[in-house]
Amino acid sequence: MKDLSVQNVSMVYELPKGGSVQALHDVSFDLEAGRLLTLLGPSGCGKTTLLNIVAGFLAPSGGSVELGGTPITGPGQERGMVFQQGALFEWQNVAQNVAFGPRMNRRKRSETKALVDGLLNTVGLTGFGDKAIYELSGGMQQRVALARCLANEPEVILMDEPLGALDALTREKMQGLILKLWKETGKTIILVTHSVEEALFLGDKLFVMAPRPGRIEKAYELPFAEVGLTTDPRKLKASAEFIEKREELLSMIWGMEEQIMGHEGGMS
Amino acid sequence: MSEHVPAPVAGSPVEDAKASRFGRRRGMQSRKTVTFGDASDVTTSKGWMLVSLGGLFLLWWWFTRGPEPILDEKTFPSPFATWDAFVDWWRDGYRRASAWEHASASLSRVLKGMLIGTIIGIPVGFAMGLSRVLRGIFDPIVELFRPVPPLALLPMFIMWFGIGEESKVNLLVWASVWVMIIASRAGVLGVSGSKVHAAYSLGANKWQILRYVILPNALPEVFTGLRVALGVSWGTLVAAELVGAEKGLGASIYIASRFFRMDIVLMNIVIIGVIGALMDLVMRLLESRLIPWRGKS
Ligand SMILES: Nc1ncnc2c1ncn2[C@@H]1O[C@H](COP(=O)(O)OP(=O)(O)O)[C@@H](O)[C@H]1O
Ligand SMILES: [Mg+2]
Repeated sequence: MKDLSVQNVSMVYELPKGGSVQALHDVSFDLEAGRLLTLLGPSGCGKTTLLNIVAGFLAPSGGSVELGGTPITGPGQERGMVFQQGALFEWQNVAQNVAFGPRMNRRKRSETKALVDGLLNTVGLTGFGDKAIYELSGGMQQRVALARCLANEPEVILMDEPLGALDALTREKMQGLILKLWKETGKTIILVTHSVEEALFLGDKLFVMAPRPGRIEKAYELPFAEVGLTTDPRKLKASAEFIEKREELLSMIWGMEEQIMGHEGGMS
Repeated sequence: MSEHVPAPVAGSPVEDAKASRFGRRRGMQSRKTVTFGDASDVTTSKGWMLVSLGGLFLLWWWFTRGPEPILDEKTFPSPFATWDAFVDWWRDGYRRASAWEHASASLSRVLKGMLIGTIIGIPVGFAMGLSRVLRGIFDPIVELFRPVPPLALLPMFIMWFGIGEESKVNLLVWASVWVMIIASRAGVLGVSGSKVHAAYSLGANKWQILRYVILPNALPEVFTGLRVALGVSWGTLVAAELVGAEKGLGASIYIASRFFRMDIVLMNIVIIGVIGALMDLVMRLLESRLIPWRGKS
């Protein structure tokens, strides 16, 4: 099991027309293996940028990121990625999508088949292996994305608003699935979300991020994910403790949104 | 328990049967009140296609053989004359070559040209979609040469490649290659960053990204390119067979026109049109077979 270490990471985007955007400023944190970290914040506060740096798609302009003591210099299969939507290969069926990673690694077909069947079972898609991607609902597609990501046994799973495009009911179901996978596999997960409730419910650690420049405004250690599988989620979300945290976070994010609006209003 | 009989409500079979009498299509269950501008309501209709074709023939007949013909059969043959020309052609061929020889001469030129145009066009288009440098190098060439009509090149092609098959096929290569380059480039550039990123995170190397992500992702665009290129090449056929061809549908047009056999000219025009439409039909069938995911991402 490998810990993730992010030290003094900053990211400056040079704009093609001159000028630059400071997307991240001096972000540091350590994430022990097996934690579920949620990132919450208004859009433009650098959540995607941070995730892409950890995934290795972007090199930070300053600072360093290490997984288990090894610096991250590019994408790698020990860090799996689940996108909001549209990252599945629609020219392949469900089983082929899930088998993509093993296939790239030239694993034996017979082994892969058993692995894929097991994963489809885990995400609740038993019997859907032959279906085309475009025949599935949005929620089912995200299940496939999760299974595809798990097939390579990553140490860390990165999710950028994975449930952002789903309707409320499907979303709650999928939250349960993510918690279940986290518990069963013990993997480190970083999950970006716009939803305060989701961040609270899923994160056993939560960073609220703030924009201009993107930074970690406040960090929380949370109890809800730990009990989220054994307690009724609806009751949990209606508990006094949950509601108190939710209101606290909401007013913090509202404050930021208003600052952003004020800022933009001032410019016009 | 007592039987509960629901009262007829709107949307019940009875109501629908009544509504369908006013529906524009048989079996239409929809009760849309807004149909103008609704693309899903504008589907191909076999009935109207027949009306259109029938109308076309009626006009053709009216102007050439109607009660008061306004067109001279010598310059604009009637449907009957064209049909007679077709029957002769089908049975005896034309100028010592059978109907099949003429058609296959034209088809094989177009297919050869398409094949070479595709073999050149796809790699060049892919290179342009994958590399800044290659895109920079090829962009002006494509933009400059693409608008040049094939016919304009015929004199030079004949000088360079002779009046035999080579110049004709090369002209058809010209007609298809730019379309294939542009379609392939668009296909490659159309790949979403998240698909490529996902594949890298799943352990794919550059070659595997190209083979298993970019290539299949580009297929729908490439196939559209093939369809368009086939249409353009077929349309260029007559130009390609302008000089030095004994066989071929386009060649037959020139030869027949020198003898003022407008019936044969018109018959060949119709044949070219029908074969072109059939080829597009076949391409569309192939497309739905080979690329069922098209437009569904
Ligand atoms: N490729 C890019 N080029 C320039 N600016 C960018 C780029 N990507 C993101 N940004 C800017 O960086 C900031 C953070 O973006 P992002 O990480 O996408 O935020 P979030 O995911 O939290 O909405 C935003 O102001 C955004 O406009
Ligand atoms: Mg984002």
